[in-house]
Amino acid sequence: MCTVCGCGAGETKIEGGEREHTHVSPDGTVHTHSHGHDHDHHHHHEPAFGGDLDYGTGPARAHAPGMSQSRMVQVEQDILAKNNAYAAENRRYFDERGIFALNVVSGPGAGKTTLLVRTIELLKDEVAISVVEGDQQTSNDAARIRATGVPALQINTGKGCHLDGHMVGHAIARLRPADGSLFLIENVGNLVCPAAFDLGEHHKVAILSVTEGEDKPLKYPDMFRAADVMLLSKCDLLPHLDFDADLAEANARRVNPDLTVFRVSAARGEGMGAWVDWIAAGLEAQGARRAESVDALKARIAELERQLAAS
Amino acid sequence: MHEMALAEEVVRIVEETARRSAACVVRTVVLEIGRLSSVEVEALRFCFAAAARGTIAQASALEIIEIPGAGTCRACGATVPMDEMWGECPVCDGGVLQPSAGTEMRVREIDVV
Repeated sequence: MCTVCGCGAGETKIEGGEREHTHVSPDGTVHTHSHGHDHDHHHHHEPAFGGDLDYGTGPARAHAPGMSQSRMVQVEQDILAKNNAYAAENRRYFDERGIFALNVVSGPGAGKTTLLVRTIELLKDEVAISVVEGDQQTSNDAARIRATGVPALQINTGKGCHLDGHMVGHAIARLRPADGSLFLIENVGNLVCPAAFDLGEHHKVAILSVTEGEDKPLKYPDMFRAADVMLLSKCDLLPHLDFDADLAEANARRVNPDLTVFRVSAARGEGMGAWVDWIAAGLEAQGARRAESVDALKARIAELERQLAAS
Repeated sequence: MHEMALAEEVVRIVEETARRSAACVVRTVVLEIGRLSSVEVEALRFCFAAAARGTIAQASALEIIEIPGAGTCRACGATVPMDEMWGECPVCDGGVLQPSAGTEMRVREIDVV
């Protein structure tokens, strides 16, 4: 287990499903099960050596019977390449179906679930919504989401401190989000690790609550750089707090000048209109993108039929 | 950060490469880790030792090449060193820097027998 954040393997559980596929046995062996569905896996570079075992081609080029020669094998592979391949597959799935996917991230207690519940209540009559809930333990959050009437799937990461592209791929297969729907992923409450893991979402949405410090974007810059949107939440509490919302926004923009910021109160509803409009615009853009690709496909089919008829 | 997850991925990549290369032992694993990648190198070493136990990489030395951070100013275009993921340009005094190097997390090569 990681001494820094407690990341661990082999404890991931997807609600109602079998255990996740990587296990660490008592002797430390990491064992990965095969999966029922395939994912593309790209190797950008093949190793410089094939399957030959030649003890005479070591650096010294010396043939010494009985002595092993070492050799360097070029790997040149991103450590996150596999995750990124899963994420790319998820994104392709979303794009082909006009689904708009958001990865909601924050520290624990910033109000992610409350905000999602409120967002869902405002949107559920307009658009189909499905939700993935990531937490180390319990299915409390998925139960809160289901109470709104939309389907939700809980992923328990055990000791794991973030969701990854593979887990979300399984969640998609289970939830089967409708074409043109909104797919919300609530990541594990953690302002550090989820920044590095692409899940295939269209945007990361970082939530900073006004009960935290204004300097949080400076303290945890990776997350605020990775996000496209920041929701400054619990703004109804501002009159009772010594929190400078302008400073918090300015700090976030120092780290990420392109950040879109909404000040919201899920409890009172203030600012939620602008946020929901932003989601609606995203859904519309996804729909337009899908229509474009469908049109392009139709045009291609028509062209092929024309060529076939002419030949 | 998420060093255990990264260490497990490194071991997976090493095992796969070693298998394809018909290696018996992996003596050294060479990583490139950018200084802006928010990987804690010492934590990664600790996690690698744990993740490699019982695998072909069990006895491997872990060599980590740290790549210095650099960024390009969005205002004046200057390329300057960066120690953090964000910063203001010292050349034009205030332009926002876009990291251009130092975010790497790669397995570069392995030394096998």
